[in-house]
Amino acid sequence: MTNNKDKTLGEILRDQGVSRRSFLKYCAATASMMALSPALIPKIAHALENAKRPSVIWLSFQECTGCTESLTRAHTATIESLIFDAISLDYHHTLQAASGHAAEEAREEAMKENFGKYLLIVDGSIPLDNPGYSTIAGISNYDMLIESAKGAAAIVAIGTCAAFGGLPHANPNPTGAVSVSDIIKDKPIINVPGCPPIPVVITGVLTHFLTFGSIPELDHIGRPKVFYGQSIHDRCYRRPFYDKGLFAETFDDEGARKGWCLYKLGCKGPTTYNACATTKWNDGTSWPIEAGHPCLGCSEPDFWDGGGFYKSLSMPTENITQTVIYTAAGAIAAGVALGAMNKARKNNAVAAHSKTGVDDLEK
Amino acid sequence: MTEIEFLSWVRGPGFQIAVIIFIAGVIIRFAEILLLGRKANLAEAKGSEMSSGLRTIVTRSIPDKSTFQRSTFTIVAGYVFHLGLFVTIFLFAPHILMFKDVIGFGWPSLPTPVVDAIAVVTIIALLTVLVHRMRSTVLRFLTNTEDYLVWMVTILPLITGYIAFHRIGMTAPTLLAIHILSVEILLVVFPFTKLMHGFTVVLSRWYGGAISGYKGVES
Repeated sequence: MTNNKDKTLGEILRDQGVSRRSFLKYCAATASMMALSPALIPKIAHALENAKRPSVIWLSFQECTGCTESLTRAHTATIESLIFDAISLDYHHTLQAASGHAAEEAREEAMKENFGKYLLIVDGSIPLDNPGYSTIAGISNYDMLIESAKGAAAIVAIGTCAAFGGLPHANPNPTGAVSVSDIIKDKPIINVPGCPPIPVVITGVLTHFLTFGSIPELDHIGRPKVFYGQSIHDRCYRRPFYDKGLFAETFDDEGARKGWCLYKLGCKGPTTYNACATTKWNDGTSWPIEAGHPCLGCSEPDFWDGGGFYKSLSMPTENITQTVIYTAAGAIAAGVALGAMNKARKNNAVAAHSKTGVDDLEK
Repeated sequence: MTEIEFLSWVRGPGFQIAVIIFIAGVIIRFAEILLLGRKANLAEAKGSEMSSGLRTIVTRSIPDKSTFQRSTFTIVAGYVFHLGLFVTIFLFAPHILMFKDVIGFGWPSLPTPVVDAIAVVTIIALLTVLVHRMRSTVLRFLTNTEDYLVWMVTILPLITGYIAFHRIGMTAPTLLAIHILSVEILLVVFPFTKLMHGFTVVLSRWYGGAISGYKGVES
């Protein structure tokens, strides 16, 4: 097998049997997904065709491999996965055949060869409490991130753990987990949150980087606006039911069967920004809300700590019933005490009241 | 603080603090009023205090003809925004979910577009009563800072709620958090201002009716 390293992306895709037609279809879909003018489709195609495989180093820290699964575990070899094959993934300890020192050598070699040019992808959060919580080849996650970030052109934080801390960061955060952007301050960071992120969003961000050599426009928490610009709620096909006030009350009532809004079942769609409602999952087959389950809000920070997945957004997250009972009990006691004090003051005033008589006037 | 942290705070500790102040404030004020006691009335009772008192709680809601003619605007606008507040607070589906979570039971909601329209009417009514108040020399003279504060904390949850529902201007978590925060401000201010009339209105009406009942006259 010839070394893919020297081939362009176009050559590699052709080798893999991808037709010109399906390649252009992918370019058109990507352009429309990124809200780019159709005039840019040939430019995207041209840029992708001639792109040399950029070196990509993928670091996995405190994560569940769900993000990698999302990207690679398609039922058929999608164009997205081929694009992914076509980048030079020089280090990914889950996917690569090498292990141990050989793997670390591959990473170091890629970093040295492509210093300043490689793309660093991180999934998983970084524990700060004790470096021993998560190590790779004896290197702590923190040290590996700092070392690998030095020569990176840009960093893509894949998944909510890398972007915002995710599950490891959830209260009480036993490992002191933080996100990539909590540590790295001097490199462009693209947050691609989701638990996991949508595969096409991951490849879309990579395509943008390959095509334009720059990072896409980001929102206030570092997410590419093209994919995270609109909320689930605003693009949800069940939105008309919310507007009419028609809700499923349980998972198996008439409302649920009729496909009414899942707000009352805890849907976080109104406060969640992601592309699920438009791109969907599994090749556009379906997505959580279409499958009848409320949105968990997985592309937002602290989504594990929102008071429970089945608690609707208008509900308080604390146990307010208990608060009311305790407060009422305390307040009744305090009220009675204050009332008694007022009464005592009144009685004292009455007792202290002395009548003025004729004798007093003569004094 | 990110917008999600802001939302988590107002749904969590913020709401808890507001509820504690609200419940404690209302109960303590009630206890103080009730424990103040009344001087024994040495005159012979000419009728029942209780029945007259209870009746008056209801009858005072109906303005008499001459009062209505004198203050038509105040009464109509007052009714509109009070009923509007009732509908928007208690008959909007997401709000009922909140009550259900706290007190354990819920009730049917009105269709969302109806509540939405009533919210707009309520906001307009509250704006007009303020304009009316500012334009009338006597009312303006009688109005103090507390009255403006009370008006402000009442209209804010309506406006922020309307904006949050229609998702105008800012990101959704921020809008929702601002709305919940405005309600928390209302809860905190409630027991210590004229807003307390929401509860004491029952007591004071009963008392007015009871005095008349004792004297055997119509209240």
